Amino acid sequence: MLLIDCPWCGPRDEAEFRCGGEGHIARPDPDTADDATWAAYLFDRDNVKGLGFERWHHRHGCGRWFNVARDTVTHEIRAIYAMTDPKPTGGA
Amino acid sequence: MPRLAYSAFSLLRQGLNRHRGWPAAWRTPEPKAHYAAIVVGGGGHGLATAYYLARNHGVTDVAVLERGWLGGGNTGRNTTVVRSNYYFPASGALYDLALKLYEGLSRDLNFNIMLSQRGMLMLAHSAHELEFARRTVNAIRRNGIDCTLLDRDQVRRRLPILDMSPDARFPVVGGYRQARAGVARHDAVAWGYARAADARGVDIIQNCEVLGFIFEGGRVVGVETSRGAIRADRVGLAVAGHSGVLAAKAGFRLPITSYALQAFVSEPIKPILHEVVLSSATGVYVSQSDKGELVVGGGLDLHPSYSQRGNLPVVEGVMSGLVGMFPCFANLRMMRSWGGIVDVVHDSSPIIGPAPVPGLYLDCGWGTGGFKAIPAGGTLLAHVMATGEQHPIARPFGLERFRTGALVDEAAASGIAH
Ligand SMILES: Cc1cc2nc3c(=O)[nH]c(=O)nc-3n(C[C@H](O)[C@H](O)[C@H](O)COP(=O)(O)OP(=O)(O)OC[C@H]3O[C@@H](n4cnc5c(N)ncnc54)[C@H](O)[C@@H]3O)c2cc1C
Ligand SMILES: [Zn+2]
Repeated sequence: MLLIDCPWCGPRDEAEFRCGGEGHIARPDPDTADDATWAAYLFDRDNVKGLGFERWHHRHGCGRWFNVARDTVTHEIRAIYAMTDPKPTGGA
Repeated sequence: MPRLAYSAFSLLRQGLNRHRGWPAAWRTPEPKAHYAAIVVGGGGHGLATAYYLARNHGVTDVAVLERGWLGGGNTGRNTTVVRSNYYFPASGALYDLALKLYEGLSRDLNFNIMLSQRGMLMLAHSAHELEFARRTVNAIRRNGIDCTLLDRDQVRRRLPILDMSPDARFPVVGGYRQARAGVARHDAVAWGYARAADARGVDIIQNCEVLGFIFEGGRVVGVETSRGAIRADRVGLAVAGHSGVLAAKAGFRLPITSYALQAFVSEPIKPILHEVVLSSATGVYVSQSDKGELVVGGGLDLHPSYSQRGNLPVVEGVMSGLVGMFPCFANLRMMRSWGGIVDVVHDSSPIIGPAPVPGLYLDCGWGTGGFKAIPAGGTLLAHVMATGEQHPIARPFGLERFRTGALVDEAAASGIAH
């Protein structure tokens, strides 16, 4: 069971949240991207075993989105940061 | 053929010998330096691939490399439901190929996989669900697969313990049923394929983790393992939840996300549930094992995971759904629960065929529902590895569907795909 520290509401039970999948996926220009690029954007994922970067949504709370750096093996949350922030590095 | 055929006669003979004469079901060979084909992953799909390479294509110079023990992945962790009542024609052909092979598998492998075609009932809880059930039944029958729509009374007669009172937490208005669906013994499927493949000369190598790939001229020509380099003319991957990890080592990404899926087993009770029951509204499905335990499953855990442990919110959801449907189970104790790491694809259909790098082939993306497909996954991966051509049944399931947009969207069609 995860205890997720919503930047707006504080620590809350994981059941209030929804994991929105991998973060930091940049949308290619739809007018110039070929099918392979577009398919990779839509479907391909790093699916990391270990430290991964995800978007989470406080669905049954404030309704806001934020980023989480989380280990997919131990489930330890290493950092919580804003949607527009870059991936945390170093100690994160 | 296996060295010692299993039969009533051999049982009697070994019994008279106090069971001291049984030979090992398969060898434990040292890996060779080179094979015609390597299959990575000693789950049902990998072992079946090795067997069909040998049986259907005469390719016997094969190794199966398993990092743990045979069937220690999802094959030995699943709730063993087999069925072929899928919505789209491409899926119907795929899963019915598997079910037909399952129907003859105990004889084919000379190993009792304990296939029990007791039927599976999908419940409809609202007028809308019933309407869609009718449409689904029509689609499945059009695929040439047995399936029957049931009204409320027919469900009540089949499942007297289901709460169908006027104030039931989950009202039931009908359902549909595949009579040929049921359960099979998961370990027996892995062991049966392993023994039959070994008898045809396949090397089954356990405790051998693939750590990377050997490339020559852009082509995969072997694997680096925890037991040294092993070269091969072609390599197949059947590693379920770890497909993304191995794809990264080969330099590409897959449209797969790995999640934990849990299952639960109750204390044994007398026979009370005679078929598999699934409710997509509660996200719960349940059957009763031959030992009398209830085998219960539900939906995915809430976030991606490589930890073979489940988390609590899903346990709560599954148990409250189960007791809501079957109040008489409320006093049962759950004895065990566990998780497996499943490889979920956006359209809930598998990926079968060539990988983006030459020399490498995929059979993955079975997600929450690939036990029922083991004979088909093995047949189709063996076919493309041996011939270089996709089997007609595998063609809609190649990786290129994500680029062309021709998804086989069973996720939208059926919701739960166990
Ligand atoms: C709880 C649960 C319930 C399920 N219920 C059902 C059900 O009722 N019906 C159904 O049809 N399906 C069900 N499934 C899904 C089904 O179990 C899987 O789709 C199926 O078993 C996949 O088989 P596989 O051989 O591809 O994978 P696995 O059996 O997982 O085998 C993959 C193997 O690859 C090995 N491996 C991984 N990485 C490496 C490496 N680097 N080197 C060497 N080996 C490696 C693993 O150790 C593993 O043994 C369920 C799954 C779970 C977890
Ligand atoms: Zn919040």
